[in-house]
Amino acid sequence: MKLPSLTASLLSALIGTAALAEDTSEPIKVGILHSLSGTMAISETTLKDAMLMLIEQQNARGGVLGRKLEPVVVDPASDWPLFAEKARELIAGDQVAAVFGCWTSVSRKSVLPVFRELDSILFYPVQYEGEESERNVFYTGAAPNQQAIPAVEYLMDQGVERWVLAGTDYVYPRTTNKILEQFLKDRGVADEDILINYTPFGQSDWQTIVSDIKAFGSTGKKTAVVSTINGDANVPFYKELANQGITAEQIPVVAFSVGEEELAGIDTAPLVGHMAAWNYFQSVDDPANYEFIDAWHKFTGSDKRVTNDPMEAHYIGFNMWVKAVEKAGTTDPDKVIDAMVGIEVPNLTGGKAIMGKDHHITKPAMVGEINAEGQFDIVWESEGEVPGDAWSDYLPGSKDLIADWTDPIRCGNYNTTTKTCGGAETTASN
Amino acid sequence: MRLIRLILLCLIMPAAALAQSFEEIARALPEGSYDDRADRVSALASSGDPRAEALLTALVGGDLAVLKSDGRLVIVTDGSATDALSGDPAGSVTRRDVTPVRVNNNLRGHVRAALGTLGLVAESPAARTRAAAQVEAAPDPAQLSALEAALSRETDTKARDALEIARASVLLVAPDATPDERAEALALIAERRGAAAQVRIRPLLSDPALKDAARTALADIERAEALRGWGLTLWQGLSLGSVLLLAAIGLSITFGVCGVINMAHGELVMLGAYTTFMVQEVIRTHAPGLFDWSLAIALPLAFLVTAAIGIAVERGIVRRLYGRPLETLLATWGVSLILQQAVRSIFGPNNRQVGNPSWMSGSVEVLGLSLTWNRIWIMLFALAVFGFLMLVLRRTALGLQMRAVTQNRAMAAEMGIRTGRVDALTFGLGAGIAGLAGVALSQIDNVSPNLGQGYIVDSFMVVVFGGAGSLWGTLAGAFTLGIVNKLAEPLAGAMLAKVMILIFIILFIQKRPRGLFPTRGRAVEG
Repeated sequence: MKLPSLTASLLSALIGTAALAEDTSEPIKVGILHSLSGTMAISETTLKDAMLMLIEQQNARGGVLGRKLEPVVVDPASDWPLFAEKARELIAGDQVAAVFGCWTSVSRKSVLPVFRELDSILFYPVQYEGEESERNVFYTGAAPNQQAIPAVEYLMDQGVERWVLAGTDYVYPRTTNKILEQFLKDRGVADEDILINYTPFGQSDWQTIVSDIKAFGSTGKKTAVVSTINGDANVPFYKELANQGITAEQIPVVAFSVGEEELAGIDTAPLVGHMAAWNYFQSVDDPANYEFIDAWHKFTGSDKRVTNDPMEAHYIGFNMWVKAVEKAGTTDPDKVIDAMVGIEVPNLTGGKAIMGKDHHITKPAMVGEINAEGQFDIVWESEGEVPGDAWSDYLPGSKDLIADWTDPIRCGNYNTTTKTCGGAETTASN
Repeated sequence: MRLIRLILLCLIMPAAALAQSFEEIARALPEGSYDDRADRVSALASSGDPRAEALLTALVGGDLAVLKSDGRLVIVTDGSATDALSGDPAGSVTRRDVTPVRVNNNLRGHVRAALGTLGLVAESPAARTRAAAQVEAAPDPAQLSALEAALSRETDTKARDALEIARASVLLVAPDATPDERAEALALIAERRGAAAQVRIRPLLSDPALKDAARTALADIERAEALRGWGLTLWQGLSLGSVLLLAAIGLSITFGVCGVINMAHGELVMLGAYTTFMVQEVIRTHAPGLFDWSLAIALPLAFLVTAAIGIAVERGIVRRLYGRPLETLLATWGVSLILQQAVRSIFGPNNRQVGNPSWMSGSVEVLGLSLTWNRIWIMLFALAVFGFLMLVLRRTALGLQMRAVTQNRAMAAEMGIRTGRVDALTFGLGAGIAGLAGVALSQIDNVSPNLGQGYIVDSFMVVVFGGAGSLWGTLAGAFTLGIVNKLAEPLAGAMLAKVMILIFIILFIQKRPRGLFPTRGRAVEG
């Protein structure tokens, strides 16, 4: 029986080396799930490039756990059901360790069941309406309390008393405006001082709405527009404002979806002085930011390419994932998810981002005014970082809810008064 | 140490102290809350120091910055810095060597008001008028003396009018103005009408002496405003109608003559807009002086480019599918996707910058309505295109043949008309018109690969409503839908207005399936 045992030991040694070899030489795959065609390509293509750059940089530093990283790029083509299919392809087919992707809330909602079922990890880099916390998702963009509410508070400080909440008609503006309306009323703003207006996607004829805003703002009380108007419809909106003679000093517009990328390549003259609220601007004066911008220009081969907030969110999310994998010593999603909470990495604005128990991160809130170069002059920033709040305190259904993915709660919607998990079915569906 | 020296200097030399404190205040400009800084701006403006104007102008323009290396306050223009206080050159700097002095809308407004007071003594009457308007926008009793001084030496009528309005606005908020002065100011402002006057007058309702005068003035203004509101809605409806007309008219021709529903029509519009972009790019790099002519140059080019593509699509695809409406629908939809993605691959998914020539920017006041120039030009252009098409249809051989084919294809063919050639040329003409529409729409919408999608559904509604193949029907349909849309929008919101229009059209089609102006054509015979 010498031979079989020898064979067995040889075999086991071989398997052992093979397994070892796989561990050290096989690259770790990272999924990138961003639309490269269709309507959302305008915003998402840049994020794909940013991820490729981050992965290249990490590989230059020696990869993760001694293994190289290998990006797997798929194109869900701005088609929401296709997002779910492509996510399944990445996780089940390519066996990626984590996925970085999605932009619109509806695409995120579309992939959630896939990530739950196949137990993988999604990093979601865009500011969104909140009211959600999933075990498999890490939200590196802003929750409403890190973007919308600080911006409105800043405007209140600047003496604004009348508010136009203008948005595109879909889930993010509707939920955000619901939160803001409640917030304003809690601060004593009267009903007649709030005007809410929704427009279809891609609205291009703004004559009536701008006239309404002009009339609404001519009562003598300082008026501002809080805009959740989606990307493309913004430019004709600002042009109409300028053409009707409304300047940012009379009625400023603060937008939550207009960033450097959206301003690139358009005539910014009519937009100067209007505002945007984000957690990062390319104009942030910080060495880490300058380093990032230089690397980006070098990677893309063009010093005209801008950086923006969701890119920073990916920068933070990616570094957090690398750190968590190193902490867990494996890419196994369960272990990485547990290792993520409490991970701390520097952000690009001179502070630190910390992953919270509800899978949202700490971020500084900032307000910038658009300048003639298509960049933002920062006019206000919060003192230190604000932790993200998954469940808004301003909505009746979610006031008592928290999310905590650590022991002993381990729940995404835990009701603190009834002490039960699944306290609400209020998750804003699509 | 510096402070002690300053105090000592103050004690010894009052005159020198003023100059010192100007610099101290200027150095403190970047610090503190916006309110504190607004106070500093006022102090600088009223110091009478000749450096104040340059300093504050730089602050408003965002050119004022602090050098990171030595903390000096500098004015940065085109990458070179000059010391804001001494005026000495401070070398060339990049964005990363300086910390810009923050300025927000409120502070900017405050500085503008302060500069307004400074600008009242400017050389040119236009600058003085502008300064007066700035004072009027943010009236401050402290500026009264400066205004009165300026009024006493003003000779230019326009500047004088502006100064008087500004003075009246200031008087209304000045606590120590006499009742007579205030009544006079009220009368002057009430004459101007408009929302701005309402804002100034409304607070006076609580003033016992001026209550009645203010109330009548407000009632007058409100009546005028209501009338103006109707005028504005009508204008907006016509302007939306002219955009719809431009987008739909090409479609109407192809639909009427060839019976083809061209789903790629919107993409042809988009290509027209991209042609404009290309023309402007070339002009920007090679002949910046021609910029105001860019649209005139783009028009024929856009027509040729899109007409050529239209003919190619007709000869290559649509020709093989006549009589099979569902297949043509799908095939042209496929073409639209190909064109969209091709543009996305070549030009990138981002918006492209298409500038407005100077004659298309801003607005003009007509009967109290502010009409924007780009809308006026687009309306004229839409009507011109309509007239051009009318001429083609009525006065040319091609037009005659097109009408013959529309009315009875078989008989036209028997008369010796090459219907295949007419189809191709009609398709080309419709596509070319789409290109012209693209040039116009590039002025009011984003130039992105998605541009066409926004117009295709609206265009169909116009064509179906007006009657396929009938130019007059398209004209009437476009303006009706535009005006109805604008009437419904304030009542129901932009979303619901669109829904209402759709329901209205569905009901209308039940009654008159061939639209407002029915023509006999292959599309409707089947």
